[in-house]
Amino acid sequence: MKLDVNGQSAHVYTGGKPFDPALPCVVFVHGALHDHSVWTLLARWCAHHGHGVLAVDLPGHGQSAGPVLASVEAAADWLLALLATAGVKNDGQVTLVGHSMGSLIALEAAARAPALIGRLVMVGTAYPMKVSEALLSTSAQAPLRAIDMVNSFSISTLAAKPSYPGPGMWLHGSNRALMRRTLAGPNATGCAVNLFHHDFSVCDAYSGGLDAAAKVTAKVTFALGSADQMTPPRATRELAAALKAKVATLPSGHSLPAEAPDELLAALRGALN
Amino acid sequence: MPGYSDPGFDTLALHAGATPDPTTGARATPIHLSTSFVFQSSEHAASLFNMERSGHVYSRISNPTTAVLEERIAALEGGAGAIATASGQAALHLAIATLAGAGSHIVASSALYGGSHNLLDYTLRRFGISTTFVQPGDIDAWRAAIRPETRLLFGETLGNPGLDVLDIPTVSAIAHDAKLPLLVDSTFTPPWLLKPFDHGADLIFHSATKFLSGHGTVVGGLLVDSGAFDWAASGRFPELSAPYDGFHGMVFSEESTVGAFLLRARREGLRDFGACMSPHTAWLILQGIETLPLRMARHVENTRKIVAMLAAHPMVARVGYPELDGHPSQALAKQLLPRGCGAVFSFDIQGSRAQGVAFIEALKLFSHLANVGDCRSLVIHPASTTHFRMDDAALARAGIGPGTIRLSVGLEDAADLIDDLKRALKVAEKAA
Repeated sequence: MKLDVNGQSAHVYTGGKPFDPALPCVVFVHGALHDHSVWTLLARWCAHHGHGVLAVDLPGHGQSAGPVLASVEAAADWLLALLATAGVKNDGQVTLVGHSMGSLIALEAAARAPALIGRLVMVGTAYPMKVSEALLSTSAQAPLRAIDMVNSFSISTLAAKPSYPGPGMWLHGSNRALMRRTLAGPNATGCAVNLFHHDFSVCDAYSGGLDAAAKVTAKVTFALGSADQMTPPRATRELAAALKAKVATLPSGHSLPAEAPDELLAALRGALN
Repeated sequence: MPGYSDPGFDTLALHAGATPDPTTGARATPIHLSTSFVFQSSEHAASLFNMERSGHVYSRISNPTTAVLEERIAALEGGAGAIATASGQAALHLAIATLAGAGSHIVASSALYGGSHNLLDYTLRRFGISTTFVQPGDIDAWRAAIRPETRLLFGETLGNPGLDVLDIPTVSAIAHDAKLPLLVDSTFTPPWLLKPFDHGADLIFHSATKFLSGHGTVVGGLLVDSGAFDWAASGRFPELSAPYDGFHGMVFSEESTVGAFLLRARREGLRDFGACMSPHTAWLILQGIETLPLRMARHVENTRKIVAMLAAHPMVARVGYPELDGHPSQALAKQLLPRGCGAVFSFDIQGSRAQGVAFIEALKLFSHLANVGDCRSLVIHPASTTHFRMDDAALARAGIGPGTIRLSVGLEDAADLIDDLKRALKVAEKAA
């Protein structure tokens, strides 16, 4: 569905059912150069098991209008504005689920609205989420090459089963296609260089994680990939301790929603319960 | 999987989509000859049917062995995913039926395999889908033929029978300007030779019966999606961008930004038309693909030697191989097919239909049959077989002469193949 957030059109996938703000709400936030479609299996499960689902396209990504937002903090403000626009009011009944860059946005949003956000699930996360200079510069100068690099770093196997979102999909190819399309998307405006470099820069620059953690009252779950080279599990210890997070380590690389959808669903169900 | 990019082609040909079986440890991909797969619980069953989970339910829709093949070809083509079908014709039909319906229109190259031409020109017209055929090299004709109801541009990477190389970059640009996808039949150019997605194609299909299988044992097809085409933004494909009552009101472009086409093709096309691939067939094609890089190199090496011999032979009037001087597609072949133009080509014997028949019947290593892409060398004389009802004038319009011979060069010793051809040419000469 489309929502008007701060005067801009925002695209939200609702899991195959109309969104009902009266239900406990699960909000999914994608990572760099992704869109809502990385969440569709989980989103459909939640929508058909008693939840209202909002899987967002961040501004400038997928089908949401640009311009892109300048920082994790700005994206968190936008996310909370979107929840208000959608009519989400039930304090403590909102679960934020974020992947990679989206996990930082979810963290910051949970810190800004502690009464609203009852649960926080950070998938493939790290703090600080520093991006190597080599990857930053490649994303600026040769974004298609950087996509191939990230694709390789993010996926730990040549045979991710069951394929996402269904049999016959080749995860390396589908992730590459999604990142290329997001990079070239008509709404990817407002970036100094390009959307890939912008998203990486946003992750790299975010320094408010521990301050945010101090304000979070939600129950926190980390879902981490045991073979994650982008955000390795060891890079989460300080943040996990600050958030008193329950940590689920799954057999996956960084692309957990697509590489380990069943295991991630189990972790999410654990968090929701 | 360490590294800075995907593994190379030869590695993907062996490993993409497959892993040692977690239950038995089997290293080769097992053949899952099971029609159906047990649900863990009623809740699990419901979630599979509602696409809340990924997995296998019934082998008409998907199967673990077949899925390995689908991932393998998607990896080799640089695509997002694939669907295996009962034949190459089934793959073509599945692509069209997913995107077009009564009232739709297709623009297609006139240089097509006869079965594809029949489907488009006769069979689909009965179902309300019309086709305008254009000469593949006539770029203005491609553009001019597009109508508001057009849903697809379609051509063969190497056209039949003259091996016209499709100008994929230009034709795909024309398609994209009109917010349409380009589908190519890449049967004669497996991905070791050509990766059409790199040049702008959106959908690829193969008759996997041919080089991908490579052993002349099974019939199968593969339909691959690049994931690059924006079906929703096109505005011409409500099948993919509007709720589908036949599957939970699903909007496929919402469910998967890059997999919308394949989701609909599988959940409607395979479900309702049912032209699925047997897992046993998938397994045999996987065996073929494992050696595809080695085989294609040898196919091309042998073909080049035979082409050179024929081009210099006094009994041969013409050799239609795009690497040769004078072939209308030579420049495009250099651009798109630097590894070679495959192993299927035609040549004209100086002489009559009777001499063509004599040539065929004198061959010993080349098998006279209606197939291509086998590891064994094959031959056919169109004027006395596939096109025998045509008179010479009609043959000429189809680009076929009374002495035209089509070869599919196999993996035998090139010297033996050349000896066989020379001996048969001598017999044909004496039959004048």
